[in-house]
Amino acid sequence: MAELDGEQVRQLLADVYRSESRRVFATLVRLLGDFDLAEEALHDAFAAAAEQWSSTGVPDNLRAWLVSAGRFKAIDAIRRRSRFDASLQEIAGRIDTPARPESDGDDIEDDRLRLIFTCCHPALASSAQVALTLREVCGLKTEEIASAFLTTPATIAQRIVRGKAKIRDAGIPYQVPSIADLPERVDSVLSVIYLVFNEGYSASSGESLTRADLSQEAIRLGRLLSEMLPDPEVQGLLALMLLQESRRAARSTAEGDLVLLEDQDRSRWNREQISEGKSLVERALSSGRVSAYTIQAAIAAVHADAAGTATTDWSQIAALYGLLAGVEPSPVVELNRAVAIAMRDGPASGLELIDAILARGDLADYHLSHAARADMCRRLGRTADARASYERALALAKQEPERRFLVRRLQEIG
Amino acid sequence: MKYMLLVYGNENAWTDSERQSCFVESAELTHDLNARGQYLGANPLQPIATATSVRVRDGKRLVTDGPFAETHEQLGGYFLVEAKDLSEAISIAGRIPGARKGTVEIRPMLEIPGLA
Repeated sequence: MAELDGEQVRQLLADVYRSESRRVFATLVRLLGDFDLAEEALHDAFAAAAEQWSSTGVPDNLRAWLVSAGRFKAIDAIRRRSRFDASLQEIAGRIDTPARPESDGDDIEDDRLRLIFTCCHPALASSAQVALTLREVCGLKTEEIASAFLTTPATIAQRIVRGKAKIRDAGIPYQVPSIADLPERVDSVLSVIYLVFNEGYSASSGESLTRADLSQEAIRLGRLLSEMLPDPEVQGLLALMLLQESRRAARSTAEGDLVLLEDQDRSRWNREQISEGKSLVERALSSGRVSAYTIQAAIAAVHADAAGTATTDWSQIAALYGLLAGVEPSPVVELNRAVAIAMRDGPASGLELIDAILARGDLADYHLSHAARADMCRRLGRTADARASYERALALAKQEPERRFLVRRLQEIG
Repeated sequence: MKYMLLVYGNENAWTDSERQSCFVESAELTHDLNARGQYLGANPLQPIATATSVRVRDGKRLVTDGPFAETHEQLGGYFLVEAKDLSEAISIAGRIPGARKGTVEIRPMLEIPGLA
């Protein structure tokens, strides 16, 4: 027990809340079997700590103290209420006898995984998975999630309430899935994390700063998952996010205008994130189990190695897109492969491939396929074709920075 | 918990021999579930051509030919099982032969007191 004055305890509690509250919450959900009860117990535990730690001293194991305080507060609350509500008596009896001691460190880590897998259960709607993960695992406030997703707090609150109701009523278990179910369930967790990341990354328009925090949150989640579940696919996704994030400072101007990869000031790329990303890609590739995330990360790593587009290893990038098309066939991947081939063999070969994709009817409504086609035509000196494709792309593009970029290009070709 | 596993599919998607082997496989599944104490009931249903719908409006009974809704996929049978949680129910649903052609919808039972 350490002796601290009131102000020191307040400071300590603020730090502990930041670092421990979601862990304590995850364990309380297991012990209490209910998200709302656990949330209430968590707040009661911190209130009890604020009251007791300055007079009785700070306990050695803060986390265990908070879990145990939360559990006792919840039992008290349920006992009080169960006098009026018979259905709570069963819960009170169940949580009165803890199945396992809370001090078990492994179990606490497992609880965080349980929480992630439960919030990302494929039986929940994707929008509910995202909202629940950010609220329950990351501890974001409903208002913060709403502003990041450009929606109202009421909408997010409703998704969370419905998600928790489904977890309870459909019997979604609070557990780490069995080995047999693990690949499917990990996929679902990874898509939630990547969705959160992209929501923050693709919208770095400079007008809503909160969205960049979403990418940070996704990277934090990816790190957490990778520590607990060192699976090559998890490492691949974490690498991909770090390598994409490393370009954030360079990919838009101060005014929020988009800067293409070829025009980015590479000295502004975050070297620390690049080196962490690259070592994760290498580890993921060496496992022999190559996922789409890992291949995309490897592509980003090739870009990160080059000083500029002229010295980029486009053969390798084209080959990696070919590999990606095998793992996860999609016309967007083919489009990217065409762009890489154009960089390697010249715009004429790229244009041929893009026209073949467009001729199939795939990507006809995708602004980037027309923007890429326009770019090939521009480089070939086919100004009229370039203008028509830029105009088509502009008609389809939705995000303001992308639209401004296309308008600039149109002005440049005259 | 008790779960109702509703098997939906296009009833014309099955050949007679496929339907026969589906019955055999389903019967094996019921025996396996029974041995684990998870079997509460199961049955295939006659095709929707045999369906009759009944509504009572303003105290008047209306009987019509056909299913509740004309859809591309129809309710073709059900399993009623006891499962620890949704994950267990999902793994049972994945073993139902109808899931390979159609869709198995899992619905937790709402248990209310006072039923006979």
